[in-house]
Amino acid sequence: MTSPNFPRGAAIAGVYEHPSRFSPDKTEFQIMAECAKGALDDAGLQRSDVDGLFGASMTMGLMGIVDLAEYLDLYPDYLDGTNIGGSSFVAHVAHAAAAVHAGLCNVALVLYGSTAASHSMAIGTGGSGGSRNPDTAFSAPYGMTTVGSYATYANLHMDTFGTTSEQLAEIAVTMREHAALNPLAKMRNPITVNDVLESRMISRPLHLLDCCIISDGGGAVVVTSLDRARDLQKQPVQILGCGEAVQHQGVGYSDILSIAAKQSGAKAFEMAGVKHSDIDLAMIYDSFTITVLATLENLGFCEMGEGGDFVMNGGISLQGSLPVNPDGGGLSSNHPGMRGIFLVIEAVKQLRDECGARQVTNAELALAHGTGGTIGDKHSGATLILGLDR
Amino acid sequence: MKQIDHPLPYASWETRGFWEGAGRGELVLQRCTQCGLVQHRPRGLCAHCLDDSHLEHFVASGSGTVYSFTVTEQNQAKGFVEACPYVMAFVTLDEGPRILSVIVDCEPDEVSIGARVQADFVSQGRDDGETFAIPVFRVK
Repeated sequence: MTSPNFPRGAAIAGVYEHPSRFSPDKTEFQIMAECAKGALDDAGLQRSDVDGLFGASMTMGLMGIVDLAEYLDLYPDYLDGTNIGGSSFVAHVAHAAAAVHAGLCNVALVLYGSTAASHSMAIGTGGSGGSRNPDTAFSAPYGMTTVGSYATYANLHMDTFGTTSEQLAEIAVTMREHAALNPLAKMRNPITVNDVLESRMISRPLHLLDCCIISDGGGAVVVTSLDRARDLQKQPVQILGCGEAVQHQGVGYSDILSIAAKQSGAKAFEMAGVKHSDIDLAMIYDSFTITVLATLENLGFCEMGEGGDFVMNGGISLQGSLPVNPDGGGLSSNHPGMRGIFLVIEAVKQLRDECGARQVTNAELALAHGTGGTIGDKHSGATLILGLDR
Repeated sequence: MKQIDHPLPYASWETRGFWEGAGRGELVLQRCTQCGLVQHRPRGLCAHCLDDSHLEHFVASGSGTVYSFTVTEQNQAKGFVEACPYVMAFVTLDEGPRILSVIVDCEPDEVSIGARVQADFVSQGRDDGETFAIPVFRVK
């Protein structure tokens, strides 16, 4: 089965997650380069095979993708430095599939690296300082933090649908259970719903343990044609469906509860020609517990307002109706600023049956959805549906 | 709870109508008389018509309803650290569009989604000697 949009097939041939969660002795580009080596080794490819370069980071500036090519001494035929926040790498994989399918490049390398933890970046609660940019003048005076924006979404969701803090806490508890099975995860000690509810309030209704951790880290993904991937050393994982979308304030009237996942997910499902019940596991960007709940609803795994019930009683655990983030997610495994690449990497490893204690049984079809930015204010969403080559 | 030391905005040509209005204590919005759109934040043209020839400024009522809010208990940014907890809110103005602001002079528990609020203006000096006023809201 191939996607109708990529009838000749596009596949992920190699992945690599940097094992480190704290790398004060490395730069972003060094982490990316180490990940490039790991993913190319995983695929059985050489640095000289790469003719497409995709990447983004917290600090890469104008022409950052050219800087990255220089660091790696690469001279690719195709460049894509799209930065739409943490979802960027999910989008990069879709862009790479399209580029490979169109014959614009043959072996695309998608890279991410970050030293967010060792450089003490205040990602969640450092927002909204002064700025001389008139475009920020309507938010900067009011102290919107990243957590605060998600908190306005959570508050609205609770007010509209009756979602509870206990239901959100259950998401954090499940992610921690998964992390305990992942030797690389940063936070592996078990937590309870009460632990979440009693943790320090950051921005009501979100507590400390409703928030992702901050780590260093990085990852890499190699995308090539299905034919090429079939000749390489790992089982190809096909890109069957993809979609991208944004949600924002617009001119002041947008329905904030409808996040980008609604549009990007519908497109990805339509392209892949599969049903929600076909999906064996979902990798959902979990910057905060509410992000998971909102994404599951907007992707259509349950109705709007039913996300709270969906995640209760182990609904998103390894044994649940839809296992979510078997690696422990950003809430417990790693969150180096922009997490999208790990959604793809874990989905691929799960489909290749390489995940040991946290392996989802008989995983043949996976969904990955990245969110970039903040769902209470403005954000991007990117969805991928990935399947084993059968 | 200390008052927020707001980082003050910088205006551009396309936003000056809003900020000059704030300086007079008026909440100024933009309306396109061609398509009827009332838009916020301000732009140099109507975002739907992509045309500036029918765009006008008008003084809004300053009344609105809380769309959503959060009580921020932690913000490490300058001006906000000691002001925590403070209430940041999206307010749906009676004229239609939503605006981001803070709800001031109340206990956080007094704010709820759907609460009626009214704009007020606080002015502060900026580090370059300019004085700027920004809209904040109070529970009615």
